Amino acid sequence: MGKTLFDKVWEAHTVRELPNGMTQLLIGTHLIHEVTSPQAFGMLRDLKLPVLYPQRTFATVDHIVPTDEREEPFSDALADAMIKELRKNCADAGIRFFDIASGKQGIVHIVGPEQGITQPGTTIACGDSHTSTHGAFGAIAFGIGTSQVRDVLATQTMALRKPRVRRIEVHGRLAPGVYAKDVILHIIRQLGVNGGLGYAYEYAGSTFDHFTQEERMTVCNMSIEGGARVGYVNPDQTTFDYLRGRPYAPAQGDYDAAVERWKSFASDPDAKYDDLVKYDAADIAPTVTWGINPGQAIFIDENIPAPDELQEKDRSTAEEAYAHMKLRPGQPIKGTKIDVAFLGSCTNGRLSDLQEVAKYLQGKKIKSGIKAIVVPGSQGVAALAESMGLAEVFRDAGFEWRGAGCSMCLAMNPDKLIGDQLCASSSNRNFKGRQGSPTGRTILMSPLMVAAAAVTGEISDAREIFGLS
Amino acid sequence: MALTKISQLAGPGVYVPGDDVDTDRIIPARFMKCVTFDGLGEYAFYDERFTEDGKPKSHPIDDPKYAGATILLAGRNFGCGSSREHAPQALYRHGFRAVLAESFAEIFFGNAITLGMPCLVMDGRDIRALAALIDEAPQTEINIDIPAGEVSMADVSFPAKLPDHAKEALVNGKWDAIADLLEGLDAVKATADKLPYMRVA
Repeated sequence: MGKTLFDKVWEAHTVRELPNGMTQLLIGTHLIHEVTSPQAFGMLRDLKLPVLYPQRTFATVDHIVPTDEREEPFSDALADAMIKELRKNCADAGIRFFDIASGKQGIVHIVGPEQGITQPGTTIACGDSHTSTHGAFGAIAFGIGTSQVRDVLATQTMALRKPRVRRIEVHGRLAPGVYAKDVILHIIRQLGVNGGLGYAYEYAGSTFDHFTQEERMTVCNMSIEGGARVGYVNPDQTTFDYLRGRPYAPAQGDYDAAVERWKSFASDPDAKYDDLVKYDAADIAPTVTWGINPGQAIFIDENIPAPDELQEKDRSTAEEAYAHMKLRPGQPIKGTKIDVAFLGSCTNGRLSDLQEVAKYLQGKKIKSGIKAIVVPGSQGVAALAESMGLAEVFRDAGFEWRGAGCSMCLAMNPDKLIGDQLCASSSNRNFKGRQGSPTGRTILMSPLMVAAAAVTGEISDAREIFGLS
Repeated sequence: MALTKISQLAGPGVYVPGDDVDTDRIIPARFMKCVTFDGLGEYAFYDERFTEDGKPKSHPIDDPKYAGATILLAGRNFGCGSSREHAPQALYRHGFRAVLAESFAEIFFGNAITLGMPCLVMDGRDIRALAALIDEAPQTEINIDIPAGEVSMADVSFPAKLPDHAKEALVNGKWDAIADLLEGLDAVKATADKLPYMRVA
């Protein structure tokens, strides 16, 4: 009987079984940021424990970093204290820190892959639920809490229970104007926001085979929105080509041997799965959310579902969603007026996202009165986009071009919605209050759909606005 | 690192209805601008409890009727979303010592157990029945028997599930894994030495 990638990586990293039956699992790569690590360093100090493998932890600053002012001290004293705390903790422990002045700072889930730190067949943990992003490389990547950040710093391991594995196959080519974002929103809509509880998701099928690494990252990123802590794609030539030559990838002379090793982790053809679901790419259309969780999603030309069209268990959350979103059941989502357009985040803040939008935005203007911001996922993405002339395209269209960070995805920095503003957003969560205002409203969608909404001032079908067919 | 053995818990309860209550609702992100968890308790469910200009919205946990509640009752998929340990920390520091819900998101569950705050799964009908009992006698204690997997109030009892590993960890006072993990450091090194990428600095 064959094994899944998950089985193989788990076995290679199993240290021992703990007395309570959990597994002590080695975490090869640890990524940290300013929000969930300071308390962990504090706990280490209390316990008088050193960082066991400082060379296997990498840090950056993303959640609180302002995207307009980049000079310290930041005007927000708390944010300023947090970055200084991280800088000090890293210096004391000998941890590499991709600081603002490094030119490599950015959202931790964009920096890891960009630097070649994220590699197939490895285990990764970070105090952030979107750590599942790194699974796009055939790594097993866990979002963890702060006590586990402490555990990894002190022991390079965590106590875990092995989840089951569900294989999710998507077959065929996506139609023009349909993107990886639509694929994952569709999967979550079908399986539910808690459908992945207790599972790792293995994404496969010809749609994924044809995806770029960046598209795979978009899908893996949102695994947790479907309840699955881990999501991954088996590594292939696309993965190996992406990693070649990156700063922390194996050096040229060692690269071929590394690729052979990486290939050996891929799921066997006869691997056994705990569950299997299949979707057809041709059935997926541009998808937008209408509610207060990512599973409350519809195709752009569908109407907001009425309670009687929903399963009984979903009705009370739907009632809450209509009230919060100020949307009426049975009405089209298309044409809903927006106030803000946000393009960025660890879901869709990569170069290919900006390239795809710029291709169609060239020569267009955003609707007057709309606040539109582009926040590149990293300084690396920003530099490339600027050198390619993409920043100019966005500025000419009326977008603000910002510095790298998480920004309005969770609004811990100054980028926030005001009052009940409605935001067309390329981010990953439409929870109540997520974008900084308790009454603020979020509609999730692909980057090109965000651009279409910015241009028209309302939720629109990007295929119509930009002439895709 | 001796920890309290958690087998039995008792205290008054409060029901916060709703499914898919996410961690942004349990602790809004703006309150995570801090370098310690101290003081998070007062911000638990903040935006559900107060309007934007700080006026109370009469949330159950602020209702004097349920004052002193230490057991939180909730719906399905409680604690979904972010991995922020700030969420269970805020609940714990607010005074909650256990959560009873129809189901829990995985990361929240692990974070809560690590704090020694049991999260038990109950049938939705039982949660609502228990909520009705609380409503009638809000200051009556709910008893949680972890080894027996049972929650009771007055003379009514309900099954409440906890996975074996969590049950064992709580009952034996090993809910924080760090001591066990530190005992395995030699084996950690042996495992790491077999993985080429661990050698690259």
